[in-house]
Amino acid sequence: MPFRETFWNIPHWAEIAQYVLAVVTMVVFAYGVFRRFRRWRMGQPERIHKAYGRRLRDVVADVVLQLRTAREAYPGLMHLALFWGMVALAIGTALATVDWDVTRLFFDFQFLVGMPYLLFELLLDLLGLGALVGLALAAYRRYVLRPARLQAEPARRTRWDDGYVLILLMLIVITGYLVEGLRLAVVRPDWATWSPVGNLVAMALSSVAEPTDRTLHVGLWAVHGLAAFGLLASMPYTKLFHILAAPLNIFYGRSQTPGTLAARPTGAPAGVSGWRDFTWKQILDFEACIRCGRCQDQCPAHASGLKLSPRDIMIKLDAHLWEPANGRKLHGDVITADELWACTSCLACVRACPVYNDQLRAIVDMRRHLVLEGSMDTRLQDALANLGRYGNSFGQSERARAKWTQSIEPKVKDARREPVEYLWFVGDYASYNPILAGITQKTLEVLRHAGLDFGILYDGERNSGNDARRAGEEGLFEMLRDKNLATLSKCQYQAILTSDPHTYNALKNEYGPELAKGRPILHISELLDQLVASGKLGLSRKLGATVTYHDPCYLGRYNGIYDAPRRLIRATGCELQEMPRHADRSFCCGAGGGRIWMDEGEVKERPSESRIREATGLAGVQRFVVACPKDVTMYQDALKTTGQESRLVVQDIVELVHEAL
Amino acid sequence: MSQDIFVVVEHLRGEVAEITYVMLGMGRTLAEGTGGKVVAVLLGQNATGLASDLSADQALYVEHPSLAEFTPDAYSAALAAVIADAKPRAVLLGSTSIGSDVASVLSARLKLPMISSCRTAGRDGTLQCQICGGKIMAEARLPDSTALVTVIPGGHPADAGRSTQPAAVTAFAPPELSQLRVSLKQYIEPEAGDVDIAKEPVLVSIGRGIQTGDNVELAEELAKALGGVVCGSRPVVDQGWLPASRLVGKSGKRVKPKLYLAVGVSGAPEHMEAVTDSQLILAINTDAAAPIFGLAKYGTTLDLFDLVPALTSAIQQAKAA
Amino acid sequence: MNIVVPIKIVPDLVEELAIDASGAALDNSWLRLIINEFDDHAMEQAILLKEQAGGQVTVIALSAEGVDDILFTAAAKGIDRLIKLETEEAAALNNHALARALAEVIADLKPDLILTGVQAHNDLDGSVGPLLAELLGMPYVGYIAGVKVSGDGALARKEYPGGLVAELLVQLPAVLGIQAAEKPPRYVAVSKVRQAMQTAKIDARPCPTLDPAGGLAPLRLYQPEPAERATMLEGDVEAVSAKIVELLKNAGVM
Repeated sequence: MPFRETFWNIPHWAEIAQYVLAVVTMVVFAYGVFRRFRRWRMGQPERIHKAYGRRLRDVVADVVLQLRTAREAYPGLMHLALFWGMVALAIGTALATVDWDVTRLFFDFQFLVGMPYLLFELLLDLLGLGALVGLALAAYRRYVLRPARLQAEPARRTRWDDGYVLILLMLIVITGYLVEGLRLAVVRPDWATWSPVGNLVAMALSSVAEPTDRTLHVGLWAVHGLAAFGLLASMPYTKLFHILAAPLNIFYGRSQTPGTLAARPTGAPAGVSGWRDFTWKQILDFEACIRCGRCQDQCPAHASGLKLSPRDIMIKLDAHLWEPANGRKLHGDVITADELWACTSCLACVRACPVYNDQLRAIVDMRRHLVLEGSMDTRLQDALANLGRYGNSFGQSERARAKWTQSIEPKVKDARREPVEYLWFVGDYASYNPILAGITQKTLEVLRHAGLDFGILYDGERNSGNDARRAGEEGLFEMLRDKNLATLSKCQYQAILTSDPHTYNALKNEYGPELAKGRPILHISELLDQLVASGKLGLSRKLGATVTYHDPCYLGRYNGIYDAPRRLIRATGCELQEMPRHADRSFCCGAGGGRIWMDEGEVKERPSESRIREATGLAGVQRFVVACPKDVTMYQDALKTTGQESRLVVQDIVELVHEAL
Repeated sequence: MSQDIFVVVEHLRGEVAEITYVMLGMGRTLAEGTGGKVVAVLLGQNATGLASDLSADQALYVEHPSLAEFTPDAYSAALAAVIADAKPRAVLLGSTSIGSDVASVLSARLKLPMISSCRTAGRDGTLQCQICGGKIMAEARLPDSTALVTVIPGGHPADAGRSTQPAAVTAFAPPELSQLRVSLKQYIEPEAGDVDIAKEPVLVSIGRGIQTGDNVELAEELAKALGGVVCGSRPVVDQGWLPASRLVGKSGKRVKPKLYLAVGVSGAPEHMEAVTDSQLILAINTDAAAPIFGLAKYGTTLDLFDLVPALTSAIQQAKAA
Repeated sequence: MNIVVPIKIVPDLVEELAIDASGAALDNSWLRLIINEFDDHAMEQAILLKEQAGGQVTVIALSAEGVDDILFTAAAKGIDRLIKLETEEAAALNNHALARALAEVIADLKPDLILTGVQAHNDLDGSVGPLLAELLGMPYVGYIAGVKVSGDGALARKEYPGGLVAELLVQLPAVLGIQAAEKPPRYVAVSKVRQAMQTAKIDARPCPTLDPAGGLAPLRLYQPEPAERATMLEGDVEAVSAKIVELLKNAGVM
């Protein structure tokens, strides 16, 4: 009858010692966890919204299946193998302990017998091998392949733990197989083949030397035990803590939709000036970060040569939590203003993070402090002052907002005066920027062609405040939001329509539920897609052009709208070729987060230029289609500065539809 | 009260400021209407030579060590004495760092009416004054009693104030000038620029439209192609994109180039008043309503970021041919 | 050190300006009123001096539409005391009347230093600074970009054209007309202004009677005839470049 002789060859004192060590380990482990937990509680309070169903789904998706991690094949395979391998071995050891020292001792039965035992052995052996493969892949990647995102980390206390963890884990698995092999070589049970790896080890050892050296077995067993306890005890003190922190972070993940920026909790300081101003959840973020660097890889600011790296922000903040109280200052010493201002709020870092960190939230919280101090470059200062005084960043009178409608007959309906079906929130850029006037005009013509009943707010409209908020001027955002809400509350409409994704995001996610009240808020690509699909808007021409589509950050990553614009493009008879970085991997044009209002800084290659290079790399693509007014200006500039004006044309998606009418 | 028009001569470190000649020209026009004389009022020490090219019927000279350099306190006291004694029909002062410091003080001290920013005066005593950044003009009339007028350039040519015949200089005894509360400690020279834009024949001028300091390069390429030099308006210098020596405007330099190419300059009055002597002004600005187009002879609303590089190569090619 | 900053509220030039029915004044109905830019600099300079050497800064303004916002913004920047002089006739004022009203109020405050903008774009009868100085019997220096205060008085940097600067020592109490503060006026976050609205108090007093004597009243206001506009060059970048090259050749510049 197959069974497991758990302490074969292990002297009794060693057995006792093991349990003593286990208790010691538990104490050390518990203290380590307690230390961390206490530090989290030093942060500001934060209420977690219930949504347990969604949270559990997230845990399944990204703790069990680790889908985000697996987005990249090599590290995905590597981590899943080593994670599930180690988990299996740990559970196996736990089961063996229960089987031997609980059920056998107290209940007089063992369950690791017979077929269950054989399957147990097989599974563990194979998964253990998987762990070893995963570890080998990891070591190879870290020390031979040396990907860029694992290099040049900022200083931290436990830099050594990358190597430590790999070595320790390998030691555990290898000594585990050796011990098993030695035992099998001596005991030679009939079911040895159910432990294939152990069996192979046994055969190898037998051919090399006399395996009956019992001391060797005990020795290796001791090493294995010490290593395992060492691992467990050191878990809360090294990067292994992510085993607890990451699932916790994923469970407590984003309370709201990705598009909503979290406001500071009531009672907490309005901007983060010291690490204790972060909430406990944010501190958990820093601790859960395992420095994989994916956020850095996705960051457009980092790619353009600016000093910002979301990975480094997380690492530095985590290190800073543990510094003595009278040490360095958060602002200036740990994180510089240059780093903070370089962010475009594109959300690529947040989207890429396998442990659900919110790097953007930390950056904006620190920006909020800089704004309160008034420390920002003069261009940004002027833009914010203009937004506050005139409701637009151009410094033009709000009365000039609807100037573009002056020559239009029949007059565009004033949604403040009469009920409309679609309230068209035009946006600053479309209203004031002369370069975009043509597109605004075409949008109007398309809406009229579709026979829609729509109106605008004329000079009652203000900037939605989306970018002011992400620049850290929360008060200004609230002021603009309140003004817009007041104007909108007096209007009668069935749906809100906008052609600007930044405005769309603010209206949909940050203006509160009273705005929608069951009424849809639509981006123009969504609306046109619906109209074309339902036949209400007929496209008579097939354009036949080969185009590529740039997903705007605020439409794509922020709001999950990827398909509607693509259907619309195909409906115009264009062939769509995707850039490598598309959908939720779309590469930001660099204008968001208030960057369009700031000094550019020392860039090596602008994000927009990198994107144009990517597009021109697609042979046959003639048109670069965008769905955001800032994208239009950024990419037209980029075409000029890269000298690609004859190769590509930048078109807004509405222009495409207009052409196909 | 006489019908004379008094003009306060503005001078700094041995040089008479251009505004003085403008005022003398305006004074002449007013005097033709009132029937009085044009009297230049010169304050200083050992400064009679400065009166040599002033077009005036008479020059009143007040000499005192405390008047050697301009300080508001000393000048106000001296001018108050002169005006109280002579009671002219009008006193013209520059709307400048010198004239504006004393004009309002005199108005309050001597209880005389005043009006500022006068650009043009007519023989009939009408005064056209410019306010609100040049958007609004106010018309007033010289009253019958002594009045103070501060003057801005642009309405009367400076040449009308110059003369080859020096005016007769009469001394005026200075009042008691002790107990002065303002004293000059030192002058601080502007950073010696490598070029004096006031002497350059070709200027490429940049304004806020250039957007960032990195783009100054575009203008420098163009200037190089033309054999000229880059200068700019106040926003550009305030941002540090150009040194102060390149500032064109009321607080900068007055320029008189053969070609003034304004790139991304909107044309604020303080800037434009220093450019009026240019022979040919061309303006590039995407805003068709920009005031610069009221001064420029030719203009275009093409985007400077498109046009300037193309223009630079067109000029280089034309020169090579 | 006790600093007073009188500020003037002026029309925002971003808006279109119109002349009212009388023809001698601006049409109020469409005006947006903002703080005079030079007064903003004066206020910044005052706060900088206070930050360096301690003291108290008082801002005084006449009542006008939006003046409360301006005063609370000042408080959020660090101004200690806000005085508002209530009057119905603010729009009809000239600088002489304003200076007289301010002189009466400021005399009681006994300041060491008064900072105010060197000019405002709607000045037609001189500027407030020098008028105020004379009424208070204080010395005045204008076009100041930089102030240091010591036991001897205020060392002020006066700007002349061409970048020349004169350093003048002015006995206190004095009035300085500020052209530019040593740093550009600071940005103050909207949330701080909101906070100031809760915590700061505006000392509203009746305005002393306004006497405009001394300013020549204009007979009429008008918009200047658009000067002969430039001849606009049409065409694309190549065409316009070519035309410009022609013009330059003809002008003898090339």
